[in-house]
Amino acid sequence: MTVAVFFGCTFIAFGPAVALFVFTIARDPLRVIFLIAGAFFWLVSLLLSSLVWFITVQISNKNSATQQTGLLIFGVVLSVLLQEAFRYGYYRLLKKANEGLLALSQEDTMPISIRQLAYVSGLGFGFMSGAFSVVNILSDSLGPGTVGIHGDSQHYFISSAFMTLAIILLHMFWGVVFFESCERQRWWGLGAVVISHLVVSCVSFVNPHYQGSLIPTYIILSVMAAWAYLCAGGSLRNLKLCLTCKDKDFLLANHRPR
Amino acid sequence: MADNVENAVNNVSNDGTEANRHTETGSTATPGRNEVELNGQLPTARPPQVLTDSEEDEDEELTLKYGAKHVIMLFIPVTLCMVVVVATIKSVSFYTQKDGQQLIYTPFREDTETVGQRALNSMLNAFIMIGVILVMTLVLVVLYKYRCYKVIQAWLFFSNLLLLFFFSLIYLGEVFKTYNVAMDYFTLSVIIWNFGVVGMICIHWKGPLRLQQAYLIMISALMALVFIKYLPEWTAWLILAAISVYDLLAVLCPKGPLRILVETAQERNETIFPALIYSFAMAPTAQPEDDGGFTPAWVNQQQHQLGPMQSTEDSRREIQELPSARPPPVEDDEERGVKLGLGDFIFYSMLVGKASATASGDWNTTIACFVAILIGLCLTLLLLAIFKKALPALPISITFGLVFYFATDNLVRPFMDQLAVHQFYI
Repeated sequence: MTVAVFFGCTFIAFGPAVALFVFTIARDPLRVIFLIAGAFFWLVSLLLSSLVWFITVQISNKNSATQQTGLLIFGVVLSVLLQEAFRYGYYRLLKKANEGLLALSQEDTMPISIRQLAYVSGLGFGFMSGAFSVVNILSDSLGPGTVGIHGDSQHYFISSAFMTLAIILLHMFWGVVFFESCERQRWWGLGAVVISHLVVSCVSFVNPHYQGSLIPTYIILSVMAAWAYLCAGGSLRNLKLCLTCKDKDFLLANHRPR
Repeated sequence: MADNVENAVNNVSNDGTEANRHTETGSTATPGRNEVELNGQLPTARPPQVLTDSEEDEDEELTLKYGAKHVIMLFIPVTLCMVVVVATIKSVSFYTQKDGQQLIYTPFREDTETVGQRALNSMLNAFIMIGVILVMTLVLVVLYKYRCYKVIQAWLFFSNLLLLFFFSLIYLGEVFKTYNVAMDYFTLSVIIWNFGVVGMICIHWKGPLRLQQAYLIMISALMALVFIKYLPEWTAWLILAAISVYDLLAVLCPKGPLRILVETAQERNETIFPALIYSFAMAPTAQPEDDGGFTPAWVNQQQHQLGPMQSTEDSRREIQELPSARPPPVEDDEERGVKLGLGDFIFYSMLVGKASATASGDWNTTIACFVAILIGLCLTLLLLAIFKKALPALPISITFGLVFYFATDNLVRPFMDQLAVHQFYI
């Protein structure tokens, strides 16, 4: 419970996401707006799922612990399904808005492509999801206290930070894959995203046995990362060219000699 | 002595409140109307515009392209103001302590025995406050209509004086107390004197644009902090709701005071006082009148012989913008900007500040209110781009903010708390 823990966990949880924001999104106002709109959609989905959970809790037996845990699990599953539903809703809204913008403007190309929107909206979902998961925990870590004094795990903060990092990046990848699947009408892709989200949430039920929850989550993260990379148009050849600095298009665009 | 101080505080907050109550956003997003903002001075009438059909189509496209930029240009100062307020609330406990003091505009107390009595008292408080704001706005509109500019300027000058010196002195004192910083009166007086004088100069006369914007943000934050401290709980929420309704009516109704103000300003081709509005364009200070080299005598002669001139400032600029061999002059397209009233800043920050001060969900509620207000602002600007006239900036954002505050605090917080306890992730 020190400042070091606070900063460490903050940077673990939000570092990559903030770096992505600063380097790819912050310059373009349109992307920032769609990011915040994505965050808003996630927030509304959370609101609805909390409402349903709250109602079920009020009408249930508050003394039975197992029932409360069962209701919580139900709440988690419902929340995941609602999040994906709102992601689909956001996709439809963006398609309509893009068509409208295209019709209004005289240009041939849209100001922002659907792939960029997928990335930005996924990151928006991720930011809100991560913020709501971890910000209260981070602010508690600044205050006094001893972690795990009642026998709970001592790795609470750092495991929360790593889980949050995984969730934020996963939301971004899910966004890319989801939109791509919707564009190509590949419904199995949609199903895969929903199922992987459910799997990630459900393995968190085994916490505090972190090896059972963090490892599957990170495996799913790598799989989704590769899938999103392929969806965005990447390939092994591109990767090799980029890493060995031989990608002529990229070098030309950045005026670097090679 | 304490009473005098309190009265001074009340008077200032009153002046500051209604003086900053301009919650209208002027739509100047169409190019072709170069909105010239002269700091503290009243601009002269501009030459008539020549707007053809093709220029109107271009208007649409440019509106869309620049629309996103304007939204971000508004997001940043609103975010900064909220960040200042939230940071102060979280660190300086003075602004969350209830000393039992209240403003004279909210005379009824809320520490009553029954819930019904409390509700009644807070509604009466909100009613009185809105009434005071309405009266002050009417006075301002009447003064403006009858061109008593000096009175308005003096009024704004006085209220900004008190804000910049007195309130910031209190703020600085509380910050020093919180961080246990030892400070002598000499250094303090030098700091406050410089801060205040530079602020007055920047806001009421001329100064670097960024500095002026920074000062406007700071006085909005100070005002919001005063409201958070001195308004009791239920009264504050009711005032927020009531003021968005008032804003809606005042700007959109044909006889609404703010609408009259905006229309009068537009008729006279003037801009509303810079001390009330946050703007993004700075006065082109040393620029000579761009008459294109045509002297008035020649112009009169031409008009006499040939009829009205077609070469106006705007048409000349259009021609100059055509591609040429020379590199074009640096065009500051931030000059056609959207303007947001300082009252909007104050009430947005007040909502987010109250969310961070009183919500038991702490940061979740604050973040939710922040996102809700930004989305409301986005929607308002979208409506502005569609309707192209002055719109109230408060209703949509405050409605979203209030809905999300109460929903997050009562519904989402228990859910997220339970999830955090078990370390479940959604």
